[in-house]
Amino acid sequence: MLRALGVRKRYRHEEVLKGIDLEVASGEVLCLIGPSGSGKSTFLRCINHLEKVSDGRLYVDGELVGYRERGDRLYEMHPREICRQRADIGMVFQRFNLFPHQTVLQNIIEAPIRVRREAKAQATEHARALLARVGLADKADAYPSRLSGGQQQRVAIARALAMRPKLLLFDEPTSALDPELVGEVLNVMRGLTEDGMTMIVVTHEMAFARDAADTVAFMDAGVIVESGPPGEILAQPRHERTRAFLSRVIGART
Amino acid sequence: MTRVVPLRRPWLWLGSALVVVLAALLALSVWRNPNIQHGVILQYQFAPAILAGLRTTVVLALLAALIGTVLGVLLAVMRLSESPVLRLASGFYTWLLRGTPLLVQILIWGNLALLFQYLGPFPTNDVLTPFVASVVALGLNEGAYMAEIVRAGIIAVDRGQNDAALALGMSYPLALRRVILPQAMRVIIPPAGNQFISLLKATSLVSVIAGGDMLTAAENISSANLHTIELMLVATFWYLVLTTIASLGQHYVERRLGKAGVGMHATS
Repeated sequence: MLRALGVRKRYRHEEVLKGIDLEVASGEVLCLIGPSGSGKSTFLRCINHLEKVSDGRLYVDGELVGYRERGDRLYEMHPREICRQRADIGMVFQRFNLFPHQTVLQNIIEAPIRVRREAKAQATEHARALLARVGLADKADAYPSRLSGGQQQRVAIARALAMRPKLLLFDEPTSALDPELVGEVLNVMRGLTEDGMTMIVVTHEMAFARDAADTVAFMDAGVIVESGPPGEILAQPRHERTRAFLSRVIGART
Repeated sequence: MTRVVPLRRPWLWLGSALVVVLAALLALSVWRNPNIQHGVILQYQFAPAILAGLRTTVVLALLAALIGTVLGVLLAVMRLSESPVLRLASGFYTWLLRGTPLLVQILIWGNLALLFQYLGPFPTNDVLTPFVASVVALGLNEGAYMAEIVRAGIIAVDRGQNDAALALGMSYPLALRRVILPQAMRVIIPPAGNQFISLLKATSLVSVIAGGDMLTAAENISSANLHTIELMLVATFWYLVLTTIASLGQHYVERRLGKAGVGMHATS
């Protein structure tokens, strides 16, 4: 579903991603862990072209993201094409980013109606089903500001699902939440993994990574230091940097 | 129950009394002034020429505000675009039109025929009648100010909103229209209201090119009957009516916006 080949991202003075190679199969869950500033979020934002890669290639469902390949050249895509690609890739943000001037229902049906050109009745029906699925059927007409952080994030997940994405990206979805609200969001995400959704999750929730991920990749300073099944990476890391990070994170949690 | 004795404030009382007395004296000196003929004010307050001018003033202000708003959004988006050329063009426009007196701009538009005799196939003076020249001058000037107001509004919206909209597959124009601008409105409306009130009064400047507004009408009458002050008071009354209505409208819109976005800050 996702294939990254030598993805690099440079800002003016520093290189944030120094050649990321990665593969995520359809239906798989990848958890990206690592210290802040290691480039996890940047990599995630490259996948749906919110950030342009400086070098390397990203394929989603076999299709190159943001560019067309002809001969040995890459041509930048028309914005319309990029929008079409993004529509198939859902994203959930650390700070939810719900549209505050719209109700929960409007938030969810906005893109299906305006981007996918779905009929309003059909979009609404789908939205209500999704709200029921994230346990917020009774909040359809509430404004986001009336919801708790956990509820807002569940709405954000429903909003992403409304586009029937092939791939879901989570950018630290529980980092902005009060500790007692983390569980409800992780439960929804676990439900998605059981339904076979392909997901890439940047997270600091090691318990979630251990239970839900098929693969865990540890990133540091713009490279993937190591990756493998959670049992391996989290329990018996081979690299010193991974061990140091894990002991810091787990030490801090317990 | 203990009685609370308020602090005595003799100076506050004295100051207030002084203000009241001065205001009364001023009103009286105008009212009792033998050089003012109240009959003339009453005679012209609702005179057809004045009312026609009033209508022109309102139409001028509304058209200029419309042009200014559309132009302002366009210029603001250009200013925030990725293209350095567009950014520069927008910045130059604002610099030029904000940096020169509106009166000068009105005079230039009103006398454009001296520079170009023809606009395309048409004689300039047929296209740019005093009224059209007035609309153009006020609208273009308004655009420069609205550009800054709209830009401030767009910048005030959290970047995450744009990210979320794009991530859902929205194009930038769609995101702007459905997500960014509605939220920017809260920041845009109060200064835009001030701007409109100031535009209502700025319409009076077009009297220098005989723009047909209310002040033009008042000046035409007073130059015939020499009752300058009386006719300025007639105009003053109507300007106050217009700005009062505009202020009330602004207040109403702000309150409605406040309700629609209940606690919008809380989300981000």
